[in-house]
Amino acid sequence: MTDLPLLTASQMASFTARGFLRFDGVVPQDINTQFLAEMGDIASPQPDSTLRQAYGRLLAEAGVPEVAAGTPLARAYPQGCAVNRMLELPLVAGAICSLVGEAPTFDHHFLHVTFPPAYHAGGESVSQHTHQDSTIDPRTAFDVQIMYYPHAVTREMGGTRFIPGTHLRKVSEVALGRYQNICGQQHMVCEAGTLLFLHSGVWHGGGVNLAERTRTMFKIRMNPSQSQVRKFDLSTLQPQSAQRPIFYVKSQPPESVEEILMTPEPWFEQDTGRLEMVNRIKLWRYLTGDPTYDADYWLTRLENQASA
Amino acid sequence: MTRQKVLVLYLANSALDAPTVAWAVYDGTGETRPMAGDTDTPPYRTGVDALKDGWRLFQASQILPHQRGAEFDVSYLKYEFFFERLVEVAV
Repeated sequence: MTDLPLLTASQMASFTARGFLRFDGVVPQDINTQFLAEMGDIASPQPDSTLRQAYGRLLAEAGVPEVAAGTPLARAYPQGCAVNRMLELPLVAGAICSLVGEAPTFDHHFLHVTFPPAYHAGGESVSQHTHQDSTIDPRTAFDVQIMYYPHAVTREMGGTRFIPGTHLRKVSEVALGRYQNICGQQHMVCEAGTLLFLHSGVWHGGGVNLAERTRTMFKIRMNPSQSQVRKFDLSTLQPQSAQRPIFYVKSQPPESVEEILMTPEPWFEQDTGRLEMVNRIKLWRYLTGDPTYDADYWLTRLENQASA
Repeated sequence: MTRQKVLVLYLANSALDAPTVAWAVYDGTGETRPMAGDTDTPPYRTGVDALKDGWRLFQASQILPHQRGAEFDVSYLKYEFFFERLVEVAV
């Protein structure tokens, strides 16, 4: 048992359906200030220096520790450093525990900095292609990526673009780079100290920075080392007494796990949108350890072997 | 001389009059630089609306059978339509 504030069933269902949870302004300003100080100043653009050179200098001098992949997350950062303080915030530690269980493993981290037009001599000022991180990942288990925004991000600064609900798509990294825009895409516009928890499969990309200052985001990827099953606040999980009516309903259904799981995204194709529902149910079965769970009869119908 | 502009629409099903769910534009004239995340509203509500505006369809994705054992896998967007428009540019 833990006394951390764990995610509720509704939050877990939302993560299952959409692949993200967003916590605005939850990191105190003194940690944000400490983090930016630890990363160091970013040199002003030089006429004879390319963006790659400026970024290389920044990364070499930033106060981000080199950490071996596979290190226990609890030992990845020195006590008292800004990232460690952020990870130890009860809300953050509770969300991590809910999503990847106790004792997660550090995978990698990266300091993402997007540069304003003044740095972009030679036409390099473009958005990052939309992609899924790592490589094709056929697991039901998943990793979590925390995106930490230590300063306020405006739309002009081109915050992280991500497409809710894409996390269950099995794709190969930037093979989907052709899709410039997708209905329902979101751009991170946020106050300082905002955290975005992403399922490792969510399609995303950095936006072009058209503001006058750099934009900084710190990403940490972590893996489960133990079970991800039933790690959220189970006291908030209502037992499912029966399937609810489907298709022909006379009123708006009440808020429930089923309602969250069965809410489509604007980009869903009409047929594969139904497959998304099937796959959400399978992920919810995994997270709740309930192999019989169903929502809106999708898997009950498919698993009915009565006529076989 | 002419240059090609390319419009790619991803529709909600295989019908050309189905709603747009994703899109991309590539400009061979070099006058504009479309890129990821630059608009949140589709340029056309459906593929037919693009035809009405003068875009010429030159490729559509096939409707393929589902691989046995992987019927529930989802990956790339399925209903992809490529359009072009030829534009006169000054030499």
